[in-house]
Amino acid sequence: MRSVFPGDTPEAPDRPAVEIRGLVKRYGPKAAVDGLDLSVARGGLTAVLGPNGAGKTTTIETCEGYRRPDAGTVRVLGLDPVADSAALRPRVGVMLQSGGVYAGARAEEMLRHVAALHAHPLDVPSLIDRLGLGSCGRTAYRRLSGGQQQRLALAMAVVGRPELVFLDEPTAGLDPQARHATWDLVRELRTDGVTVVLTTHYMDEAEALADDVAIIDSGRVIAQGSPEELCRGGAENTLRFSGRPGLDLGSLLKALPAESTATELTPGTYRVGGRIDPQLLATVTTWCAQNGVMPDRIAVERHTLEDVFLELTGKELRA
Amino acid sequence: MSAETFTPRPGAAPLSRMIRAQAALETRMLLRNGEQLLLTVVIPTLLLVLFSAVDIVDTGEGKAVDFLAPGVLALAVMSTAFTGQAIATGFERRYGVLKRLGATPLPRWALMTAKTCSVLVTEVLQIALLTVIAFALGWSPQGNPFAVLLLLVLGTAAFSGLGLLMAGTLKAEVTLAAANLVFLLLLVGGGVIVPMEKFPGGVRAVLELLPISALSDGLRDVLQHGAGMPWGDLGILAVWAVLGLGAAAKLFRWE
Repeated sequence: MRSVFPGDTPEAPDRPAVEIRGLVKRYGPKAAVDGLDLSVARGGLTAVLGPNGAGKTTTIETCEGYRRPDAGTVRVLGLDPVADSAALRPRVGVMLQSGGVYAGARAEEMLRHVAALHAHPLDVPSLIDRLGLGSCGRTAYRRLSGGQQQRLALAMAVVGRPELVFLDEPTAGLDPQARHATWDLVRELRTDGVTVVLTTHYMDEAEALADDVAIIDSGRVIAQGSPEELCRGGAENTLRFSGRPGLDLGSLLKALPAESTATELTPGTYRVGGRIDPQLLATVTTWCAQNGVMPDRIAVERHTLEDVFLELTGKELRA
Repeated sequence: MSAETFTPRPGAAPLSRMIRAQAALETRMLLRNGEQLLLTVVIPTLLLVLFSAVDIVDTGEGKAVDFLAPGVLALAVMSTAFTGQAIATGFERRYGVLKRLGATPLPRWALMTAKTCSVLVTEVLQIALLTVIAFALGWSPQGNPFAVLLLLVLGTAAFSGLGLLMAGTLKAEVTLAAANLVFLLLLVGGGVIVPMEKFPGGVRAVLELLPISALSDGLRDVLQHGAGMPWGDLGILAVWAVLGLGAAAKLFRWE
């Protein structure tokens, strides 16, 4: 049952699932989103990464049709989220950051209700089971833990079998176990052909899940690419090793390419900075052999998205 | 989930199914809510029984229950269409329920239709209960059932408009407090259990323009005095309905 249903996607299949050009959204004098461009490929998993207040939620809610752009254009599955809302709503799954459920409704009751609004919903009991909500199906929403409320919101986003889902911080505040259960489900969505757009301020989440990461700061996309591309691009890596203290690094620097650096961080711990490639690694180990140094704990340290973000914005992502 | 995958298969349910599901959920939420039941069932019932059995208020000529039953029916309509609906919808807005439902295939007009259905179902239950109690207390209603129905429908429209206007513009806590206060004030000043003749002329002229006074007076004219169509009261209710629903449609904020 992995076939794409014919007739469900009248527009060109190679057209991006989401296209945003020059989006501006102001709240009073402050622009929450300020000239944002973003393109989301069909069938992929795109993470919109940025600190709190970067404009992630405003961007997503514009795609969901909740906000009207002050300037720019937004197209979701080729349609206008506000004008074509009726055509889009059955095809798009939405997970809000919080709320969305009657305080007195039971978890399973609410999920059944959302399922009943769709033509071909998923089987509710197995979805409940799948998300570990089996024990609280009869519990009123207001008595669920924060993590259970999050998982119910995720279930509500996918139960209608949408082509595209927007997940706004799907794992914020979850414990590690629940977080991994959510990751597994999100991966499965992607495998089954659902286009996923999620916002997060967790670096590891974007690195673990996304095919494509858009880094947002101050209402603009400041970098977009696969996690590998982003981590490779521009940022320099480092190589660390341990040896005896007080080595003469002058001779090492002579052997290394011109733009490299070499420093003794603490007695006996050394760092080589620059373009770390196999040749450079060989140069360092050769130099160690020539100097009778056994390089303990030699390690190449890759840049993480966190480093990339810091370099691009000068800000800590979680600040 | 081995048998089932997330393979997209989007589609909206048929409209009638969506509206039915939504109305059923709204009604369940209402009947499950203790405070709402206090307003919609317990208070009207207590007032009917207490004031019919004990001679506290001078209800004029005839049996007390013949005066009280129409007033309590008007109160029942107000408690559900206005107070209950305002409070429930206010909190649905506050908790993002209206926002979340806005992302489902359910159109907004269908949501409002479902809410109206839920209000009507609740009113039917209330009226059935109160009618049985009133008959047990010796009620002997008269008049044209069609006139009664018309009054109830227009009253529901008028109170729904005002309730939704409040829920869609004020904060949920303010709506909660204000809707209860208005309920109490209109209970006393709207001819529900206290005859309008008890108020001085100037005050009375103003009070008679209230939707609750029009509804209770109209129901009393028909049910107690066997009048034909109470056009004046129907006119007042129609004006409130147009104003309330019009303002709600214009000013309602979904988030």
